[in-house]
Amino acid sequence: MKIFFTVLGAAVAFFLTVAMIGLTDWDRPPLAVQQNGYRGTAMAQVHTREAVAEKKEANLAPAPADPAEPGDDLAGTTYENVQVLKNVSVNEFNRLMVSMTEWVSPEQGCTYCHNTENMADDSLYQKKVARRMLQMTQHLNSDWKDKHTGGAGVTCYTCHRGQPVPANIWFTDAGPNRPGGFTARNNGQNLAKSSVGLASLPYDTLTEYLADKTIDNNVIRVNSTTALPTTKGKPIQDAEKTYGLMIHMSEGLGVNCTFCHNTRAISNWSQSTPQRTTAWHGIRMVRDINGNYLEPLTSTFPPNRLGALGDVPKVNCTTCHNGQNKPLNGAHVVDAYPELTKSTETASATPPAVPANPPTMPATPAQPAPAPQ
Amino acid sequence: MAMLSFERKYRIRGGTLVGGDLFDFWVGPFYVGFFGVTTLFFSVLGTALIIYGAALGPTWNIWQINIAPPDLKYGLALAPLQEGGLWQIITFCAVGAFCSWALREVEICRKLGIGYHVPFAFSIAILAYVTLVVVRPLLMGAWGHGFPYGILSHLDWVSNTGYQYLHFHYNPAHMLAVTFFFTTTLALSLHGSLILSSTNPGKGEVVKTPEHEDTFFRDTIGYSIGTLGIHRLGLFLALSAGFWSAVCIVISGPIWTRGWPEWWGWWLNLPVWR
Repeated sequence: MKIFFTVLGAAVAFFLTVAMIGLTDWDRPPLAVQQNGYRGTAMAQVHTREAVAEKKEANLAPAPADPAEPGDDLAGTTYENVQVLKNVSVNEFNRLMVSMTEWVSPEQGCTYCHNTENMADDSLYQKKVARRMLQMTQHLNSDWKDKHTGGAGVTCYTCHRGQPVPANIWFTDAGPNRPGGFTARNNGQNLAKSSVGLASLPYDTLTEYLADKTIDNNVIRVNSTTALPTTKGKPIQDAEKTYGLMIHMSEGLGVNCTFCHNTRAISNWSQSTPQRTTAWHGIRMVRDINGNYLEPLTSTFPPNRLGALGDVPKVNCTTCHNGQNKPLNGAHVVDAYPELTKSTETASATPPAVPANPPTMPATPAQPAPAPQ
Repeated sequence: MAMLSFERKYRIRGGTLVGGDLFDFWVGPFYVGFFGVTTLFFSVLGTALIIYGAALGPTWNIWQINIAPPDLKYGLALAPLQEGGLWQIITFCAVGAFCSWALREVEICRKLGIGYHVPFAFSIAILAYVTLVVVRPLLMGAWGHGFPYGILSHLDWVSNTGYQYLHFHYNPAHMLAVTFFFTTTLALSLHGSLILSSTNPGKGEVVKTPEHEDTFFRDTIGYSIGTLGIHRLGLFLALSAGFWSAVCIVISGPIWTRGWPEWWGWWLNLPVWR
């Protein structure tokens, strides 16, 4: 009996070792490394050259459409029911419509959004969503230009990549439905979900940190700001949620923690890289998109487009970035589409959520209330 | 200088690896040998360069002195002295000094006619160091991946290098190394406390024998590995800790560039339930 169990144990250990070595998609040199801190601090991005080339190939920006013929007729006066692009010339308007078709529904064509019998008809939900998404794109390229989108800007393609539904959207993860038993409660963790890079960390941090536009600005910050405790600290579960969000951001941008942080003092802004400021605004921008543009569309979407809990499809860092720290290899995609760079939303529309206290580099942003110890 | 009782036994010529009789002499109680000379050369030069590097730097604060490796842009080339070149020469001196010391230990073992356990054990420590500052930088294509020489700066390097792989505790070799480190301290504490208590009996009691020691652990944990066995076990645990430390860092970067939690996808990909 003893021999049997010894042999059994050895066999299991052997096969697991073979499996863990054989089933792993190992990398190998040559590497493409990028230093982003003082020498010797190990602040560096480590990728294989092969992976960088593949990533670049997979994120090529589409060539912009040929410039439109000049013309004075405005789309708002020529066509019926034009609400967002009223002040764009008819030629520009049609050029953008063709580009949008290529960006979003190249296979489905115009009929994905339009009733071709009457192009002004709003009967298809896709058209109503597209209208709101146009406003969102303009908002991202104007109000968020200085804080996050920069000169590159975004077009529909940044997220959609030639698909009506972007590949990297997310829904609230309700977790497994276990009404009872020994594992009825899992505290929302330990499930090896890709949302946290297969770590055991809480897997639905996005709902809490990226879907709620009214969230307290300091909720992600768990590091203490004083050397000694002054109040009851945040629980370690909060630190794990923050860690989960940070892993999502790393995976979404194809970078590691040292892209933004010098981990000797993760929370210290003066030791962080400039990218951390962009990322800080990015978190607010994602909340703005989810809270002000997507959530209001919940009743517009048909039920089959909603998540298990009836929530609207939402964006996160990966939706645009798709594994690159600059989406679409940093291409200035919006340059050829100036009509997407001006916000046309009227005052009655949802006001853009401007972050309460945006940080300026390298000063400390939004001088946070001291985190509880 | 007076000799200890056993010194006569190994203060004999021979057993040298290099240099024949040339350096086969003692300075006071210290054996010299060819590798004693090279150890002295490399350690004096390396230490002097560290002090020179500290003098060039902004501080004499012992905690903050930092001699950093070159920028990654220099790749595997030599860097200017003040921009990492010093680190490269100091690294060369350190490897030279450590290896010389190990080989001097070998010569002493040969004079004593004992096994090579001590130089072998020290070699594992050298292996870990060389893996960190030579092998891994070579595989990753830049000396700049080595760790900086400074009390706090090398800890910052460790932190950032861990976070390059998002969560280093998921590194399987790191798990093994940590487990071996903890186990080696557990074994040492069990063994040390046993020896100290058996050789320091209470008033009126006698010093305990190995029979008594074995009985103590047979009574408390059901097994005693024995007086010789504990030293073999201790050596195995300590060397395994060093060995797996070297493995855990050399696989981080050269053959795994993503987050370590993701590595465990192999478990999800087992053909049993994929």
